[in-house]
Amino acid sequence: MMDVLYFAWVRERIGLPKERIDTPPATVMDLVNELRAREERYEAAFADLGALRVAVDQELSDFDAPLAGAREVAFFPPMTGG
Amino acid sequence: MDVRVQEAAFDLGSEANAFVAKQSGMGAVVTFTGIVRDLDGARLSTMEIEHYPGMTQKALDTIANEAASRWNLGDILIIHRYGMLHPDDLIMMVATAARHRADAFQAAEFLMDFLKSRAPFWKKEVTEAGTDWVAARDEDEDALSRW
Repeated sequence: MMDVLYFAWVRERIGLPKERIDTPPATVMDLVNELRAREERYEAAFADLGALRVAVDQELSDFDAPLAGAREVAFFPPMTGG
Repeated sequence: MDVRVQEAAFDLGSEANAFVAKQSGMGAVVTFTGIVRDLDGARLSTMEIEHYPGMTQKALDTIANEAASRWNLGDILIIHRYGMLHPDDLIMMVATAARHRADAFQAAEFLMDFLKSRAPFWKKEVTEAGTDWVAARDEDEDALSRW
């Protein structure tokens, strides 16, 4: 079981802040491909991966990172703090 | 070290004075404050700051610890707000205390550079014309490479 979180315009485009996945795929990229195949709104959110960042278990990560044992994956645009 | 993520407003003067009062043997305190500014052209009514509860505190702690390991500092304060803000509201502040000013200045700049692009906050501007997520700037990402 793994939670997938969305923030900022990714959340708005997909239309929900969080969802649960029963069987996590092997890598972040596999998860992205699985989500993109679902519906147009996911395809729209993940169309340009260069415009997205990913965190695995609340640490910034990469799209080729493995998901074995991960409890939480988050997708969001580049951060704008400060 | 004190790192706070909060919705509530903070008082810059009180925070700066309390930070200075806590120190001993420190010859320099640098503070930086980020303020919601009006846009060129369109009038900003609200700035909504979203964050990633759970990750935000950890990310800020990591950035603060990194600064503490690189410079000779007595103390660090970071306050960053989220929620609905308006023009002229204070968004965030950092303060650094050191025996000498070079450490305090450089650490404050380092903290700001990393807060900009490595702390999970996102800003949305609401104007009469509509709403827009603030895009990250390439200069902000490039600024990290100097450290």
